Amino acid sequence: MKIHEYQAKQLFQNFGIPTPAGEVAFSSDEAVRIAEGLGKFPVVVKAQIHAGGRGKGGGVKLAHSVDEVRTLAGEMIGMNLVTHQTGPEGREVQKLLIEQGLDIEKELYLSIIPDRATAMIVIMASEAGGMDIEQVAEDHPEKIIKVFIDPLLGIQSYHCRAVGYSLNLSPAVLKQFNKMLSSLYKLFVHYDCSLMEINPLVITREETIIALDAKVNFDDNALFRHKDIMEYRDLDEENPLEVEASKYNLNYINLDGNVGNMVNGAGLAMATMDIIKQAGAEPANFLDVGGGASAEMVENGFRIILSDKNVKGILINIFGGILRCDVLADGVVKAAKKTGIAVPVVVRMEGTNVEEGRKILTESGLNLITAVDLKDAAQKVAALVK
Amino acid sequence: MSIFVNKQTKLLVQGITGREGQFHTRQCEAYGTKIVAGVTPGKSGLKMDQIPVFNTVKEAVTNTGANASMIFVPPPFAADAIMEAADAGVEVIVAITEGIPVLDMMKVKNFLRNKLSRLIGPNCPGIITPGECKIGIMPGKIHKPGGPIGVISRSGTLTYEVVHQLTLQGIGQTTCLGIGGDPVNGTNFIDCLEAFQNDPDTRGIVMVGEIGGNAEEEAAEYITTHVKKPVVGFIAGLTAPPGRRMGHAGAIISGKGGTAQGKIDTMKNCGIHVCEDLGTFGEFCARVFL
Repeated sequence: MKIHEYQAKQLFQNFGIPTPAGEVAFSSDEAVRIAEGLGKFPVVVKAQIHAGGRGKGGGVKLAHSVDEVRTLAGEMIGMNLVTHQTGPEGREVQKLLIEQGLDIEKELYLSIIPDRATAMIVIMASEAGGMDIEQVAEDHPEKIIKVFIDPLLGIQSYHCRAVGYSLNLSPAVLKQFNKMLSSLYKLFVHYDCSLMEINPLVITREETIIALDAKVNFDDNALFRHKDIMEYRDLDEENPLEVEASKYNLNYINLDGNVGNMVNGAGLAMATMDIIKQAGAEPANFLDVGGGASAEMVENGFRIILSDKNVKGILINIFGGILRCDVLADGVVKAAKKTGIAVPVVVRMEGTNVEEGRKILTESGLNLITAVDLKDAAQKVAALVK
Repeated sequence: MSIFVNKQTKLLVQGITGREGQFHTRQCEAYGTKIVAGVTPGKSGLKMDQIPVFNTVKEAVTNTGANASMIFVPPPFAADAIMEAADAGVEVIVAITEGIPVLDMMKVKNFLRNKLSRLIGPNCPGIITPGECKIGIMPGKIHKPGGPIGVISRSGTLTYEVVHQLTLQGIGQTTCLGIGGDPVNGTNFIDCLEAFQNDPDTRGIVMVGEIGGNAEEEAAEYITTHVKKPVVGFIAGLTAPPGRRMGHAGAIISGKGGTAQGKIDTMKNCGIHVCEDLGTFGEFCARVFL
């Protein structure tokens, strides 16, 4: 799960990690009130969307007066912000973070992520902060420091020193940095983060170290133990069909094509999307109904696929294991009768209780197209949407 | 022959009294797996069908000689269950549970470094040596006993698809296992490749991967130097968009790494026979293996 920068900074403050003074604004009046409260110019006006690259897209601007804050805030709220991470369709800006401008001496990069290969938590840091870190990693991998931490041991002082010294921090800053890094690690572990990134982490002329940016993502699998983080979820930032699907525990991702598909199991669902493409069509979604799907889940999955107006045909591919083919067939028939299907549906079933499943489909009187195998199914659905 | 599990395997089931635990315990037993014990804290002394239930894994092992465990414990308690099994000296631990937090699994993985146990999974269909022992949720009857092919996969139902197509071609399997769709898991591709290479009855290997991480790339490198048997590969997720988690926690393309095309290219460069059309996977394998 992703959260906004202003929410991440609230978490930072709760853990004693310094951030610039600032508050979130939902209107230009609020923006002005916050700027006046900060008492000093310049202030920074930052668009709050769940995507990076905001600065380059025109979503981060400096204001030197109250009037300028009002103008900028008025322009930004409601604007469609396009960055390299939003895709060409962009994202509507609904809130702004109004923050104290800082006198910056140096910009650093700092992140914490779980490393899947070593099963360690890795801290990455670089003196080349403030810029595209992926480019730095590619061109100058030696400029990125990595320190690995065994999660059973947790962060030790020497880990902090190892990172701090390699960033060439002055003694005054180093002391603040060690405390900060240790708090960041604690926050990371406490909330089961999947990513924590500060770019840039800045050193001011007054030799204080401050998180100028904050990006924090969470492990979806661990949200059951973080009800407080769930409060931060912003449904406006998510695809409405995906939000709807998540209510029924369905793994759904909306895509650009016109062949809707429903599959049990994530690997098989991806492979089914691939084979649709190989047959000359484009998948409209990824939908994994899971191993233990009920007839009700299948019905909801069907309804969600159909509410995507681009869908011109549907391919259902089920390899019955725990999910029995007769249960699937039952769900499909119910959904079809309830919603009424205006597009052709190709069904391919195999595995547990496949005979019973096929019988239910045949006897339903619905116009469902059955396929003998996966290849046949993909070719049939591709031909139908042409 | 086979790898990791066979006729001699004595299985205990953690979470045996839950809905899924009961259902799959019965399925495994019907397939012929020797199930000797169940573990559910607080239910010691009870029996699930004829299987004795214990409070702790240690108790179960001491009383029944169980040497493998199948875990159906819900995600919040699953990491604990794996560590308990490892602490009790269980040789093969198969964790079916889907949705274990990554940090929990990272702790488990580091805990296991000093243990002799082999963990398979989590978030996996399990392991089956056809005709001998099924530990997991896969449909048993799509498998064909007697070998000669070993199957390793990161997926569940996609593995069934692949195995089914092998069986339709008359190609049997020595052992089939899913290593799981999570970013941090126990047994990896390389562990399985090594075991299949050393198993005299396995004459070829099928390796099914998907987007995310670089386990397939590392496995491909290993194959060039260590595996003398023919390997057929398949990668799911050519059409997956970057930055989106495709169901499995581990299936996400991040930055420039982990794409399906990158994996396919590396595997081909390492001499693996990569099948790019799942629809004809069985025929493809027949051409390579027969």
